[in-house]
Amino acid sequence: MNDRPPIVIGAGPAGSRAAATLVAAGYSPIVLDEAPASGGQIYRRAPSGFTRSYRALYGFDAAKARRLHAAFDGIKGSIDYRPGTLVWDLKHGALHCLSNGRSQEISYRDVILAPGARDRIIPFPGWTLPGIYTLGGAQIALKYQGCAIGTRIVFMGTGPLLYLVAYQYAKAGGAIAAVLDTTPFAAKRRAVPGLLRGGSTFAKGLWYVAALRARGIIVANGIRPVAAEEKDAAVSVLAYRSAAGVERRLACDAIAFGFGLSSETQLADLAEIPFTFDPIQQQFLPEHDISGRTPVRGVYLAGDGSGIAGADAAELAGERAALALLEDHGHEVGKPRVAALERALRQIAEFRVTLEAAFPFPVDIAEEMPDDTILCRCEAVTAGEFRSSAHALEADEINRAKAFSRCGMGRCQGRVCGPAAAAVLAAALNLPPERVGRLRGQPPVKPIPMAVVTVHP
Amino acid sequence: MTEHVAADVAIVGGGTAGCSTALHLRRRGATVVLLERELCGGQASGVNYGGVRQQGRDLAELPLARRSREMWGRLAEIVGNDCEFVASGHVKLARSDADMAELEAYREAVRPYGLELEMLGRNDLRTRYPFLGDAAVGGSLCADDGQANPRLVAPAFAHAARAAGADIREHASVTTIEHDGARFRLRTASGIEVTATTLLNVAGAWGHEIAARFGESVPEDVIAPNMCVTEPVPHFMVPNFGVCGGGFYVRQIPRGNVIFGGGRGIAARERVRASPLALSSLDSSRQTITLVPCLRHAQIIRTWTGIEGVMPDVIPVIGRSRTTPGLFHAFGFSGHGFQLGPAMGAVLSELILDGATPTPIAAFDIGRFASASS
Amino acid sequence: MEAPQFRRLAESDRPRIRLSIDGRSCEALAGDTLLTALLTNGRRLRSSEFGDEPRAGFCLMGACQDCWVTLEDGTRLRACTTFVAEGMRIVTASAVNDER
Repeated sequence: MNDRPPIVIGAGPAGSRAAATLVAAGYSPIVLDEAPASGGQIYRRAPSGFTRSYRALYGFDAAKARRLHAAFDGIKGSIDYRPGTLVWDLKHGALHCLSNGRSQEISYRDVILAPGARDRIIPFPGWTLPGIYTLGGAQIALKYQGCAIGTRIVFMGTGPLLYLVAYQYAKAGGAIAAVLDTTPFAAKRRAVPGLLRGGSTFAKGLWYVAALRARGIIVANGIRPVAAEEKDAAVSVLAYRSAAGVERRLACDAIAFGFGLSSETQLADLAEIPFTFDPIQQQFLPEHDISGRTPVRGVYLAGDGSGIAGADAAELAGERAALALLEDHGHEVGKPRVAALERALRQIAEFRVTLEAAFPFPVDIAEEMPDDTILCRCEAVTAGEFRSSAHALEADEINRAKAFSRCGMGRCQGRVCGPAAAAVLAAALNLPPERVGRLRGQPPVKPIPMAVVTVHP
Repeated sequence: MTEHVAADVAIVGGGTAGCSTALHLRRRGATVVLLERELCGGQASGVNYGGVRQQGRDLAELPLARRSREMWGRLAEIVGNDCEFVASGHVKLARSDADMAELEAYREAVRPYGLELEMLGRNDLRTRYPFLGDAAVGGSLCADDGQANPRLVAPAFAHAARAAGADIREHASVTTIEHDGARFRLRTASGIEVTATTLLNVAGAWGHEIAARFGESVPEDVIAPNMCVTEPVPHFMVPNFGVCGGGFYVRQIPRGNVIFGGGRGIAARERVRASPLALSSLDSSRQTITLVPCLRHAQIIRTWTGIEGVMPDVIPVIGRSRTTPGLFHAFGFSGHGFQLGPAMGAVLSELILDGATPTPIAAFDIGRFASASS
Repeated sequence: MEAPQFRRLAESDRPRIRLSIDGRSCEALAGDTLLTALLTNGRRLRSSEFGDEPRAGFCLMGACQDCWVTLEDGTRLRACTTFVAEGMRIVTASAVNDER
């Protein structure tokens, strides 16, 4: 097996645990990660020379972060670890990765894909102005760079991350104008019984809200963004509608927004794993079972890259997928441990259903997007241009709509606009979202330089 | 539940040729049903490089290409969409004296067809296209050629054909075709049964399958041209460039993205799937930078390919069937059918309705593949 | 100097790094990404190719590709995933049209 060692793509919680599990079984996997250090997004490690403590960086999750980093550091000597490496193409049995301007082909027999997730957003008028970032982006500015994204920040959107990042900013001394949640209070109240069964997540959420209110920060529910307004070439105001329908304006110099997370499924798509629409997560996801096995032999999935379930689930899934790989190669793996992992994963999956109901994706914002709102920020295509070109040439699914409008043809390959564009198209065609399909992955999964040097093994 | 549809003409294949023929037939009052396995323009018509080019063609194709060029200039009038066609010129670059001689000979050969080419020397290249590196020693410019957006063309013809009353069915894969002596009967996987007195086989890389059903065996292979596109860069390249000997081409769209191609992807014709190859992309990227050094800083943002039918003599099959009255073929455009698409509709509708077309197509006769055994 | 977008809340005790933004000499700290270096000195990274509007990044994690910047020598860098280096010379106005 070690003539073609297993490959782990991603060194976040899922990839770290997968690699550690393989090492424990005597293997020396190749670990390819785009980031310069392990930890993924939630447990992103500060650059060298930074001095804040784990508690300052990760709050309640400090102990988990420390354990995860230590686990990965402990195996570095036993793996072929390649940070700063982008896997840009993958097909049956071989992948292409880029590091420092050099591209190399690596053949594989088994690969565990753990590429994680990104923020899921819906455009609103003015959202491309300087000063407007995703919730994840705002968190990275603080955690990774010690910076606030502005001096008077509005946090907007929905999901646990909204409250977590706002709280982290408040605690770090960031000035917050307001925290605006699109989910109505009633939806959250309905979800309470289910949320209470989800361990500490709900308690933490309540803590964050209480802490924000205690600092006099407005926390509003059931809002809808109206527009971000510009002054001196950057954002200066967020206009929004309260739950009661009253239009309000908040002076601000930064906005952080997001509506949950989207899985990074491009490599799974290139691996030709079939996708199905997940109605809870409102996205097309690559097929896999609880062990991480997929219909494609030798390809395993773990973590948020194949369905959003959070960092704890990612660690469990990473270990489980590595065990599946070992089982598939005839190794004995501890059945009690496998059962415990799967039990925990199932519990988390059930909780996720409640969480999605407590913070639903506000698809109406996409459906009612004004025509002059930029939908695709890479190509500057407005919602109106998207709707009219899809209509003019009778696009009945998202890839055709992309070809006709250019929405999704930019550098980000539809990562930012994809979910909203699908909702806009579905509404325009009067179809349920799954009927308009999903943007197909094409290599390179992220931009690569023309001047790449090809390295031959 | 079978849906029964009857028409004068059944067209199999929703590429530009098929959709253009549907439009032209409707304009002359024939009833038309077009059956497309997936989506119109989804294969060769939509994935190609986008060069709208007369220069460089086999002489036999030139009358067709000239006729098509006239239509490209009137696309907005014909289908209500100009498909981003611009007559920005096509330059075929020479990298040696032998290449230059070849270009000069071609220029002489095409003059009788009304195609005017301008020879360019090294100094001309330096003056007009200062961004070209030193690899090219000269070239041949066809100012009348240009480029368009291949993703739009077949869908635009399909839309216009529908508006004219053609019955265009997508997601309609043809499973059986029979001829009872008077009519063709086609069935699709989606539950449609079509009867027609005329059948047009414009099924691209799968055209040979339909031909074979009627006893006409032709050696149609496939190619998957590997294509790449960069992020938008400031616009500097006006004409569309190719090189002598073929195998590499580059153009820049008005929005700034640079599209280049060369080498092959992988085509799985039976599965109707194709994928680009990383090594082909990296290789043609290297060629592009050699030819256009200022692109060395640009990023590639997407690669793709598709399935194109290729004939051994690299020209298509066009014309009536040798075995079956009422059956017509137009497939196997061998990687350069994009520019011909619009005129194919005019020519095929003439062939079908009038029994003849003023545009010479004898060189494309399917009979040229008839072997001793058939 | 244009008002900065980002505000430093912590980790300010790091070696200084000098860089040039549109020919203007500016300062950042070692360990800053290029995005942080630019946005602690101003409110934009580049202009959109279509419509010339200012852009200043979005996701900060290498997903959105909004933060690609150009150096004076034409080099392209994704600002949020590149650390600032001493002497970097960045252009944030409309991209350099290099025909050489």
